[in-house]
Amino acid sequence: MVSSSIKSSEIRFGECNKQLLEEVIFYGISLGADFVELFIENSDNSSVLAEEDFITSVSPSFGKGAGIRIFKDKRDGFVSTNDLSKHGLMRSVSQAIEMLDISKKTNNSIFDGLKILKDYSKPKMNWLKEVPTINEVSEKLLLSTKTLKKDKKVVVRKGSYSRNWQEVIIASSDGTYATDIRLHQTVGLNVIANDAQYRSNGSKRFGSHGIPNEFRLWDQEKAANEVYESSMNMLYADYVQAGQMPVVLANKFGGVIFHEACGHLLETTQIERGTTPFSNKLNEKIAHKAVTAIDEGLSEGSFGSLSIDDEGMEPEKSILIKDGILKKFISDRAGELRTGHKRTGSGRRQNYSFAAASRMRNTYIAKGEYTKEELINSISDGLYCKSMGGGSVGATGQFNFAVEEGYLIKNGKLTKPVKGATLIGDAKEVMPKISMCGNDLELAPGFCGSVSGSVNVTVGQPHIKVDSITVGGR
Amino acid sequence: MNAIEITTKITNAANILNIDKWDYGASFSNDYSVQVDRGKAKQLKASQKQVITLRVWNKKNLVGITTTSDLSEIGIKKALEQAYIASEFGNKNEFTDFSPLAKDPIQVKEVDKKNPLGIKKLLNILRKAESQLIDSHEAIKSIPYNGLSESFFERIYANSDGAFRNHSKSQAALYLYARAEEKNKKPRSSGSVKIGYGVEDIDIESCIKEAFQKTVAHLDYSSIKTGKYLVCLSPDAFLTLINAFSSIFNARSVIDGVSLSNKNSIGDLISIPALNIYDDGLNDKNISSAPFDGEGTPTKKLSIINKGVLENFLHSESTAKIFNTKPTGHAGLGSKVSVSPDWLVVERSNECSELNVSLDHENYKGEFVYIEELNAIHAGVKSSQGSFSLPFDGWLYKNGEKCSIEAATVAGDIKYLLKNIINIENKEELTTTGISPHIWINELSITGDE
Repeated sequence: MVSSSIKSSEIRFGECNKQLLEEVIFYGISLGADFVELFIENSDNSSVLAEEDFITSVSPSFGKGAGIRIFKDKRDGFVSTNDLSKHGLMRSVSQAIEMLDISKKTNNSIFDGLKILKDYSKPKMNWLKEVPTINEVSEKLLLSTKTLKKDKKVVVRKGSYSRNWQEVIIASSDGTYATDIRLHQTVGLNVIANDAQYRSNGSKRFGSHGIPNEFRLWDQEKAANEVYESSMNMLYADYVQAGQMPVVLANKFGGVIFHEACGHLLETTQIERGTTPFSNKLNEKIAHKAVTAIDEGLSEGSFGSLSIDDEGMEPEKSILIKDGILKKFISDRAGELRTGHKRTGSGRRQNYSFAAASRMRNTYIAKGEYTKEELINSISDGLYCKSMGGGSVGATGQFNFAVEEGYLIKNGKLTKPVKGATLIGDAKEVMPKISMCGNDLELAPGFCGSVSGSVNVTVGQPHIKVDSITVGGR
Repeated sequence: MNAIEITTKITNAANILNIDKWDYGASFSNDYSVQVDRGKAKQLKASQKQVITLRVWNKKNLVGITTTSDLSEIGIKKALEQAYIASEFGNKNEFTDFSPLAKDPIQVKEVDKKNPLGIKKLLNILRKAESQLIDSHEAIKSIPYNGLSESFFERIYANSDGAFRNHSKSQAALYLYARAEEKNKKPRSSGSVKIGYGVEDIDIESCIKEAFQKTVAHLDYSSIKTGKYLVCLSPDAFLTLINAFSSIFNARSVIDGVSLSNKNSIGDLISIPALNIYDDGLNDKNISSAPFDGEGTPTKKLSIINKGVLENFLHSESTAKIFNTKPTGHAGLGSKVSVSPDWLVVERSNECSELNVSLDHENYKGEFVYIEELNAIHAGVKSSQGSFSLPFDGWLYKNGEKCSIEAATVAGDIKYLLKNIINIENKEELTTTGISPHIWINELSITGDE
């Protein structure tokens, strides 16, 4: 039974909101909704920017809001609002009901009230107090930009830190009732090196989830040295010559290619759209037998980890591809409803103003048996992609990725650095060409932009060899 | 909450906190959007958003900034307090002030603010458009990316010195991206976007026709041999490149060292003399125009490249002070005040005698690559280095016949490109980001599958 009395007329974080939430959900069901979900968020973010030897920006931001989603049959209506009063939430429910053209109660749904609160936030209550202060962040960022000042060729030095703290309440008409706190911290370093007509960039980003102390432990000197070396290695690089060739992709952020080119095609949103070539390939071979790929939200401290997804479900470890055979899709509530693939705890959104969608979390290719050297030794004429930049995938599965730091491979050895390389292909053709996986799996944090906004993810892989791919260049 | 109420709230809270100097930019919006999937409503969305960005100056004249969507009295007070704390870390090397033009008169375009049509009508319109596009060709199986939206928003700028501006408007957008597939061929996708002040201003038929034509035209494709080609950039493609390399004329980027220009670049010849580019946010055809920027500076027309010569940088208040000039109305309030162009207009100057005017994309019979649309700009442009390597949709023309290019990238250098323009066609075309004619480049590297 739904509780009958309302204690508060507005959502209050850190307090019991059960009765108010129940009344709002009951209101939606009584108007004919099949399913009602409330996602309520309180955020407290902060960013710091160091340029050269000065802090040039400290920027806190705060937000509160609610995303209300109503399902009727397989359709859904989503309304977001900053108004967290009972009136505001009810009005949003009415608006969603009206959008879905539900004119009378035609559902058979019964709302038995919310279950006992699953409070994932309890052990995390002090996180916000435990994160480094602006003073601590500023000092360390300035140390890192100072470390980058190694050479007069380094003309731009930047260090940036951002901390996103999010408190969420999730309640829905299947009784789901949960609260959680998320904490993401990232730090990035960027340099530009310049010498006469030569110019190069170096950058690196680090990130974690749920470890307030992480920034204090960050080895800024090591990071700055890596970024500096990368920019110096590329400063006088020639442009790569375009063509088809074998490539070795480095571990860590090299996994961005699998994420973009294949991972997105395994999200149920792509099945709904009819934009994945893999929709009817379950239990069929879609990749080389060397490839096993995983998506999970469980690795402690990883940027894409979560205690519950944004639909209140605990994340699972999903083996997407096992020895080249497609085993699973990444699914959320709408995905399960519309495609039949069971939810995997992957319903994610940037914030309350987006409806959740099936999104990746920590996604990586599992380690194989080879060393990095064995992969490189197997190529007589090709490209080693040590560091990848961003990329994109088109509506037909065609992808392209910029290589930030690349080296030619000649007779099994790394030779000169090359710039301007782009990897071009499509997942269906490239996945069977990943013929060797290294034994050095590592993960790297990133941000993924898609239908439900920008979410924190981890990409990863060991070193891998692709037998042949189009390399764009000059 | 309206503009007056929010300004009053901030004034009162600042008085209580003994903060004498502040300004803020606010955005209040109501958005409605629909998506469909083969005749059925897919996602219907409405959002109501209120966000303010507050800056406060402390006694040392250092600035702190905060953004919040909590516009309650408690929320605003917290935002002011946090901005004040942040001001202790304000940039000591670059003092920011109110824009000296924040009280100057603004030009507001006379445009009818449209009334909302509502979700049901939006849905019916989009369903019909989707159906029409699917029926237009048997190879078009679905419109995976589609949407119709209408937005109603108000922007406000006010400061403790008495500047106050607000501007409200409506805007609607329709996008249709079709996916077509024929047996034993790869799927192809293309589409069209149209915007208007309201849905009734959008030429839906032309959006459907354009999406159909573009998608179907790409059905017969073939790979292209890797090499150097004579290239014609569509107006949309050229504007995409110029916007991607706008750091060339962005004073913020120049000061930060991430531009190809330096502080002394004004007056340099950076392109062929036949090229003019200006920024014209208030252009009649710019649906997204705003009469003032994030610092309250009025929007105005500004010449950027005149006869190939870099004539002006875009400025915020602080960059203008460094360059001893006035802000140009291109500032955005953020963790650091950003600078960006509004609406670029590209045209042929009167110093065009060296152009090869026989190059006309509709009539030229020689071999060339026509680049219709550039993709993945965020990944393939290195603006601080000047290089680009971008996938594109386009055609290979030979003897007046055209064939869609299967998959290819174009790579080059923006400095080379601007100095190797060999024709600027006479006819200018309107796009969603500005106005430009077709631009011909002597030689660019194309990577294909062969």
